[in-house]
Amino acid sequence: MRAVLTLALLTVAGLLAAAPARAASGTPKDPLAAYGYHLYGEYCLGCHGGNAAGRYQEPSSATGAGPGREQSQQGGVGASLHGVGALAADFYLRTGYMPLRRIGLQPRRERVFLGDHEIDALVAYVATFGGPPIPTPRPGLGNVSQGQALFAEHCAGCHQVVGQGGYVTGALPPALVEATPRQVAEAVRLGPYVMPKFSRRAISDRQLDSIVRYVEYTKHPDRPGGWGLGYVGPVPEGLVTWFLAIPALLGLCLLLGRRLKA
Amino acid sequence: MRRARNTIVAAFVLLMSRRRRRPKPEETRLVPALPSNPGAELAALALLGLSSLSALGFILIYAFGDSLPAETPLLGAAIGLAFLFLAAALVVVGLKLVPQEEIAEAYPPHEHPGEQQVIAELVDESGTRFTRARLFKLGLLGAGGTLGLALLTPAASFGPLFHVGNFLRTPWRRGRRLVDENGLPYKAADIEKNDFYLAFPEGTNDEEKEQMAASLVVIRLPPDQLRLPPHLEGYDANGILAYSRMCTHAGCAITEYRAPLFQPDEPRPALVCPCHYSTFDPTTGGTVTFGPAGRDLPLLPVYVDSSGYLRAKGNFDGPVGPSWWGVRIWKAQP
Repeated sequence: MRAVLTLALLTVAGLLAAAPARAASGTPKDPLAAYGYHLYGEYCLGCHGGNAAGRYQEPSSATGAGPGREQSQQGGVGASLHGVGALAADFYLRTGYMPLRRIGLQPRRERVFLGDHEIDALVAYVATFGGPPIPTPRPGLGNVSQGQALFAEHCAGCHQVVGQGGYVTGALPPALVEATPRQVAEAVRLGPYVMPKFSRRAISDRQLDSIVRYVEYTKHPDRPGGWGLGYVGPVPEGLVTWFLAIPALLGLCLLLGRRLKA
Repeated sequence: MRRARNTIVAAFVLLMSRRRRRPKPEETRLVPALPSNPGAELAALALLGLSSLSALGFILIYAFGDSLPAETPLLGAAIGLAFLFLAAALVVVGLKLVPQEEIAEAYPPHEHPGEQQVIAELVDESGTRFTRARLFKLGLLGAGGTLGLALLTPAASFGPLFHVGNFLRTPWRRGRRLVDENGLPYKAADIEKNDFYLAFPEGTNDEEKEQMAASLVVIRLPPDQLRLPPHLEGYDANGILAYSRMCTHAGCAITEYRAPLFQPDEPRPALVCPCHYSTFDPTTGGTVTFGPAGRDLPLLPVYVDSSGYLRAKGNFDGPVGPSWWGVRIWKAQP
């Protein structure tokens, strides 16, 4: 009862607080979404605009955009959230991708400072503008070996074959160590930042279960050699051999050859 | 039990008694005995012992270490230490225990000082039978040069310089449908924005799919974003673009699609090859924006038929696959 009361109070407070920024659609009826509406006004409005319609600036004379550009040169401030659905909101908020440190940066995993309930509320509010729901992967139904094959085909090009992250031109694909099963599924269906999204035609829900299961496996991969070296493959292992073993052998040779100098 | 004990005691006594030998009578020596180095001897023996222990450790870990969490690294460490101790023992032996002595013996003085000059003159005068030395040098140069050319000739197999037409032949014909790896044809409605699809010509088996340079990466972009050059006008089907999947640098598969979620702030859409990060701009007809690729990514013209299926309109706009000199100078015939 108390919680409901608090919620109601908060809703009213949110209504009052957000009143000046209120846009056409107004407050949602659902109390959770209404609380989200209040939070949206507090945290998101500045960039994503009133009514979550996005904010865009007139593009400056410099064409194109990119992380390297000054904020004043960016064509847009925040994307419209219409049609992105609970899927995108849940992913971006629970990974700490949003709020962004600076416009134009690649969103990266940060400390999440909103509480669970607050995120739920914001997700519910964004979901009122329509869009896909949050996927519910069931890694238990997946198959690690099939998941590895699928991961190698679809994901490893950027994220590296054991999910250690890597490089592409223009962005840094993150490591997947901290990604929860739900976040992996969300990222696949959403395609955050410059990652492509994957439709059900490209990766079925069943295949997604396998991929999620494989990503879970990569969090604690087997280390038969004892030293994972970032699991980046045989090249760094060879480099370590070159840089550690060969100087040691050379030193030994010098030590052995000392008698010849006499 | 008692018998076993007796055997052990007997063996022990035998071993101990074998150790003590009667000292040999002093013999006359050619070289005086070198001073002994008991410290180094002890060190070498200790190192040998450590080496044996490590090798024994390897055997034990191999036999009983299955449940150890780091069996492989321990095995490596044991055998590595065994070799290391053995090497160290040999170093000690080599440096401290093997006698090291350098004795230089003086050469005897020359017996016939005049003879050397005579021999040199003899060699110099009898050395040549050539009457046309310059012509011979020319011949030598010719042979060497031709041989060098012969060694360079296989470079011609790097690829044809002028007859590039063969490399334009692909199974793509007007009306051929685009299918996925299971042979199911793609409908235009299947191609979603920000996703990318692998496509093959309809009616090819798995082996042909591997061999033929006909695979495609299909994407959809908003039509108002396209900036296709004039000779590629109409190659897209309302924003659907079908590029060759083979990178024009070294022929790797293009498996990365940079698909910005929020266009204004994020890097532009791009097709990226993961081998050397060649990056192609799909909005401008596959021009290279980064990386070692030397020419544009070939684009296949497509259209949507009356039942919504994606079909090829013809062949690629250029040769598919990795580049070499002949392909680089190839220009599309208008």
